[in-house]
Amino acid sequence: MIINHPLLGPRDAAEFVNRGDACQIDRPDGMTASMDEMHDYAYLRDNPAGEVRELWYHEQGDRSWLVVTRNTLTHEITSVEMARDVARARGRST
Amino acid sequence: MSQQNRIDGGQIDRTHKLSFSFNGKFMTGYQGDTLASALLANGQRLVGRSFKYHRPRGIFTAGSEEPNALVQLRDGAAQEPNTRATTVELFDGLVATSQNHRGSLEHDLMAANDLLSPFLSAGFYYKTFMWPKAFWEKLYEPMIRASAGLGRLSMQEDPDVYDHGYLHCDLLVIGAGPAGLSGALAAARAGLRVILADEDFTPGGRLNAETYEVDGQSGADWAASAVAELAAMDNVRIMTRTTVYGAYDHGIYGVLERCTDHLKDSAGKPRQVLWRLYTQRALLTAGATERSIAFGANDRPGIMMAGAVRTYVNRFGVAPGQKVAVFTNNDDGLRTAEDLKTKGVEITRIIDARNGDTVVNTTGRHGIHTVHLNNNRHIEADCLAVSGGWSPNVHLTCHHRDRPTWNADIAGFVPAGDLPPGMTVAGAANGAMTLAAAIVDAHTKAARIAADLGTSKAPGDPAKASDETFATAPFWHVGESKKRAWVDLQNDVTTKDVKQSHKEGFRSVEHLKRYTTLGMATDQGKTANILGLAIMAEAAGQSIQDTGTTIFRPPYNPVAIGAFAGRARGKDFRPYRLTPSHKWAEENGADFVETGNWLRAQWFKQPGEKGWRDSVDREAAQTRKSVGICDVTTLGKIDIQGSDAATFLNRIYANAFLKLPVGKVRYGLMLREDGICYDDGTTARLAENHFVMTTTTANAVTVFRNMEFARQCLWPDLDVHFISTTDGWAQFAVAGPNSRALLSKVVDDLDLSNEGFPFMACAECTVFGGTPARLFRISFSGEMAFEIAVPARFGDAMIRGLMAAGEEYDAVPYGTEALGVMRIEKGHAAGNELTGQTTAQMLGLGGMVSKKKDSVGSKLSERDGMNQDDDLRLVGFKPVDRSILLTAGAHFLTPGDPADMTHDQGWMTSVAYSPELGHSVGLGYLKRGKERIGEQVRAYSPVRNQDIMVEVCSPHHIDPEGERQRG
Repeated sequence: MIINHPLLGPRDAAEFVNRGDACQIDRPDGMTASMDEMHDYAYLRDNPAGEVRELWYHEQGDRSWLVVTRNTLTHEITSVEMARDVARARGRST
Repeated sequence: MSQQNRIDGGQIDRTHKLSFSFNGKFMTGYQGDTLASALLANGQRLVGRSFKYHRPRGIFTAGSEEPNALVQLRDGAAQEPNTRATTVELFDGLVATSQNHRGSLEHDLMAANDLLSPFLSAGFYYKTFMWPKAFWEKLYEPMIRASAGLGRLSMQEDPDVYDHGYLHCDLLVIGAGPAGLSGALAAARAGLRVILADEDFTPGGRLNAETYEVDGQSGADWAASAVAELAAMDNVRIMTRTTVYGAYDHGIYGVLERCTDHLKDSAGKPRQVLWRLYTQRALLTAGATERSIAFGANDRPGIMMAGAVRTYVNRFGVAPGQKVAVFTNNDDGLRTAEDLKTKGVEITRIIDARNGDTVVNTTGRHGIHTVHLNNNRHIEADCLAVSGGWSPNVHLTCHHRDRPTWNADIAGFVPAGDLPPGMTVAGAANGAMTLAAAIVDAHTKAARIAADLGTSKAPGDPAKASDETFATAPFWHVGESKKRAWVDLQNDVTTKDVKQSHKEGFRSVEHLKRYTTLGMATDQGKTANILGLAIMAEAAGQSIQDTGTTIFRPPYNPVAIGAFAGRARGKDFRPYRLTPSHKWAEENGADFVETGNWLRAQWFKQPGEKGWRDSVDREAAQTRKSVGICDVTTLGKIDIQGSDAATFLNRIYANAFLKLPVGKVRYGLMLREDGICYDDGTTARLAENHFVMTTTTANAVTVFRNMEFARQCLWPDLDVHFISTTDGWAQFAVAGPNSRALLSKVVDDLDLSNEGFPFMACAECTVFGGTPARLFRISFSGEMAFEIAVPARFGDAMIRGLMAAGEEYDAVPYGTEALGVMRIEKGHAAGNELTGQTTAQMLGLGGMVSKKKDSVGSKLSERDGMNQDDDLRLVGFKPVDRSILLTAGAHFLTPGDPADMTHDQGWMTSVAYSPELGHSVGLGYLKRGKERIGEQVRAYSPVRNQDIMVEVCSPHHIDPEGERQRG
């Protein structure tokens, strides 16, 4: 597969490490979250046949975490974003 | 031996004679021959034995689709089984032997299997090897293993090297037949960067095998001139002897180039190169493969595909027989007769199924002699050319799960259209079965691709050729045959097996394939599949369209594992790193061990020491007595800076880090988000906004990755930055009561007294008069100890300097084994204890997990299940009989309880012989361990055959109060 890195252009997927569902960005605050919320965050993942949003880490490259939108049936990649931008857009900051 | 079947013509170089041997018989051929054509030229019809029934088999095709003529090539370590004689290029000195027989090829003892064929039909394994159950391991499996496979491996290391490579192009043209050459010319003239790949050593495909004309010249001449034009262009790369074996994601193709297979010796060059080819577009012009007809005894040597007969006659100047009969359902069969007549080969009969004539049986020992027709007449023939029509080579179109559809006009499956993105199919592979149509089709499609990709140059005109007649009437098998009729020659599947599969309810094509093994051999049923489907359709009373087809997966043709491995084998399979003191350690008798991806000294053998224990005991004892030095560079080191660095550390460590003073080091415990401990180490605060973290050797990469995740995805606006400096600093532990005295000689201008530099202090300093260094007062051994780091380039000088400075204290270097002994004596957890199921409570570190802050894993570590009072706790163990050595992995049992999992009380994680205490010591997890100190439990290891009593004690076998490390 080829991942079109927003900063570096098309790169072979072999340069990356996959971490699974991008929902891991939405980590609840451990001080306020209930045990159930934290449990769901740590363990529960959807497993759709079709479009998924995944975290990929450019370990053999610039160390960016990316959010890659990929279709699991065709492996078509429709969007690649910097995970940091996604995190900010979802209200994460400090 | 004379080449008695050699005739005029062909594209072989008769001035270049080659000698080779087959089963020890010496024969000759010419440059340009394949092994198959040379064998046929020498009259060698019998070349192997079939997989299941050990039937005599000959050469069936002239290409990579060959199911029969699989031979062992070369000898010694270079011996290679299952090579297809039809694709092996002849070279001088080639050695080939036949496969799959006991005794000689002519008198195979296993041929008795053929008589057992009524019992060896479809599903034989599933039905036969079911009972009695006890027979499986002792009888059935060894028997199956002994008879499995065709050729034999040399059992020696492959002497050749294989490489990997990467290529890029605008357009990959797959197959250099008439369509491929036409498409490549159009695309290249239009300015695209083109790679043209073909399996054969001479491009041209069927043009070399037929008598067609293109642009007023012979097809072979036109192909040569097209190749010359392409080769002269800078934007074209022609790759012969190259198979495109797989269509992968995003326009990536797997490609195998055979660089030296056609030579006697690789002479140090890579034998094969596995290319990863990145394309914008691909044009599949793989042509078509001729298929057989199933009739009685259709597997006899001398029975060949009609197209292959033409190839041998026209391209190689070889007549596969003196008296040739033709059995066909299409005009191609007739063309065979014409070509042979032109060359003066006698045609004994043309049997055209379209006229109702069929072959019901053949006879002849070790090769066909007589053809039996359905009208009871017998015809003499030493070669029977069979044509059941042509099937488009759709293999690569299936690699993204496209399921081809039936095209009744050509009686073949064609691509359905759900192709790998970027792929276009042209020529016979797409159902354009005649010459002119294929040339125009590929030209038009290549020109369109060029326009799509934005080139403005003209693609030129397609070459001119005329369309041959192509009249085919589907005809699959001869119903009135009484004798067994083969469908899949390589896996010995007959029409009877297909019918039986239907009768037993395995009717879907996928079941048919797996139940009968039709198409599951290394040729993936290239000549067989459609026959099988058609017979199944007939048995089911439905159309082929409704029956459907199985699909193909990569590789298109077999690829050697060696090619996939490339250079990554032996010591290069996983590269390892050397520590900065490696050279010095080598000079000083070190024995090395792989830890993570490093090579570390495990002990330093001294003269007179008999075994590793002597060395390890000495190193540990001397360290505790005076001072020892150990290279600890391999621990992960991460340099962390930024105004929010402390905040960040406070969130990724379970214990508090916010208020760590400058100049101090703290032990840190890292949890996974599920609350399980996954790494630990120390972090030093060198300045307000500057920290240096260490991780375990094994987790250095993972910890860094997770920290980047936290930094970019969880708290993207924290002002924190980090970089791995594991390789940047050489770091040495200096441990033992004389460590301070030794380092005082080395470190410039730093007060190392207990007041000036207490336990857990750190500082940036210099050594040996100005070399920059970092000093940490931390201890893994439990002794008063320091770790001193210098830039890696000074690592070798540093170990030599430290050892010289330590001479007066009899300083000893110690390896990973002594390191392990001392940490077990001290009760420090390491990899054996961090199992991926370890909680902070188990380690006795539950109190470290701060509840006043949110850190990764802290919330879920509070779950009830991870905080049970009766859970496992890390404690120490010593044998009641002190002379016994403990065993890691032993399970603990309360005395009197039966030894089963319901009564399991935990297990021993680490053991070592303690030279300090004079007996074996252990660490382990024991239920309610902390409350059971002083108790005796049973340590039971059925695997190591040990069953002893041990005493539960504190994990800190030595210095439980920590006076030494603080002293």
